[in-house]
Amino acid sequence: MVPLAATGWFDTDSLPTLVTSIISIIIVLYVTYALRKREFKVRRIAGLAAVDDAVGRATEMARPVLYTPGWGGDIQRPTTIASLNILSHVADKTAVYDCRLVFPTHDPVIMAVAQEVVHESYMKAGYPDRYRPADIAYVSSSQFGYAAAVDGLLTRLKPASVFLLGTFEAESLILAETGNSINAIQVAGTDSTIQLSFFIVACDYTLIGEEVFAASGYLSGNKSILASIRAQDIMKVLIAAFILVAVVWVSVENLTGSTPDNWWVF
Amino acid sequence: MARKFPLAVCFLFGVVMFLQYFSQHEAARAVNQAILDYWQIVFAFTLILGVFSFARNNVTEVRRGRDRVYRIVGLAGLLSMPVLALIWGIKADTPFMWMFENVQAPMQSTVFALLAIFVASASFRGFRARSLPAAVLLISATVMLLSRSNIGGFFSDVLPDVANWIRDYPSMAARRAILIGIGLGSLTTSLRVMVGIERTWLGGEK
Repeated sequence: MVPLAATGWFDTDSLPTLVTSIISIIIVLYVTYALRKREFKVRRIAGLAAVDDAVGRATEMARPVLYTPGWGGDIQRPTTIASLNILSHVADKTAVYDCRLVFPTHDPVIMAVAQEVVHESYMKAGYPDRYRPADIAYVSSSQFGYAAAVDGLLTRLKPASVFLLGTFEAESLILAETGNSINAIQVAGTDSTIQLSFFIVACDYTLIGEEVFAASGYLSGNKSILASIRAQDIMKVLIAAFILVAVVWVSVENLTGSTPDNWWVF
Repeated sequence: MARKFPLAVCFLFGVVMFLQYFSQHEAARAVNQAILDYWQIVFAFTLILGVFSFARNNVTEVRRGRDRVYRIVGLAGLLSMPVLALIWGIKADTPFMWMFENVQAPMQSTVFALLAIFVASASFRGFRARSLPAAVLLISATVMLLSRSNIGGFFSDVLPDVANWIRDYPSMAARRAILIGIGLGSLTTSLRVMVGIERTWLGGEK
């Protein structure tokens, strides 16, 4: 019998990645299904707690809410999916409060999905007549064309609340500073560590890293999603333990002068 | 059925894309390339949808008289570039390239240049030492700025070493911690979508 690696069907260099991936998938799926009926308490995330206040502020000031997912991501990116989950919650609120929701995007696929998400939220809230498909719009695929278009919307519409949630690149600070200049309350979050620093400086609330992905569970209270967040925590503990063991191992190797094993490198 | 079929397709393609990542076989590469090609085709169709949406929204607003000048300029740009490309092509010394080099590129550079001003204004607000973390940020930023400028050496020779230490250890450690969180968040979000726990992308829970 020919070994699988010899047939070319399996790339042996990727074995550690495959093993790690399978272990991670098993942990996430097991914990998600085993604990899906249990109650979880999630720590308060200021940026998500501020979502209701931000929509309420826009309603009181009779100004729109502007929500944009950034130029850096497409629909295949988990951050975009996470952003659309938050959009769904924001749309639930704007539907009930009859507050205008403007969603400019650089990607027509995101536009089509966002239109569906917002429309469903307005239907669910019982106000389908308040849904304005023209406000969920494609503006430009060009990075700075998109930045200029969103900047233009910010300065002309003067939204009371701005949500910058998704994958952002160089346009992040341009948008955040323009939002700041019109005194909008700004909630931002991204998976780009470089742009996070800009958001922290320029926005009122910033969702850092995994907080963006935890948002749908936090906002909806869905027990299965909360259980999957618990799985994330378990994996984080395992990764921390792995790093700790590797650090001790290398330190002992260095102190004893033994040949480096490097079993932890993959 | 309207929800189950997309969920089944999503799960199937998720599994296929996951498995093909671990294979170098010609058939696996071909499957990967075919899926990427189909993705481009889907994107091209949705781009048509996006362009129609852009044109319709702007024409509607022009009729209503809102931001008329901006919208007419936007529509002129949308129409002129494909028309110029269709008539004269997109090679060098064509009207299309002239428009690209003399109108589009300078406009993009102008918006990009705003970043320099915004970095200065954001830094001014962010570097005010109102608390201990803000003071640490201010000191770190000052060290980093001085070490990367010509006058850095004037103050001390060890400044670049301190700046490199800040970048390579505390800054990198924090960045990696955030990246691990993002990686795990991406993994669980992807799995939730694949197994149908997360259905917002389909429009809702039902």
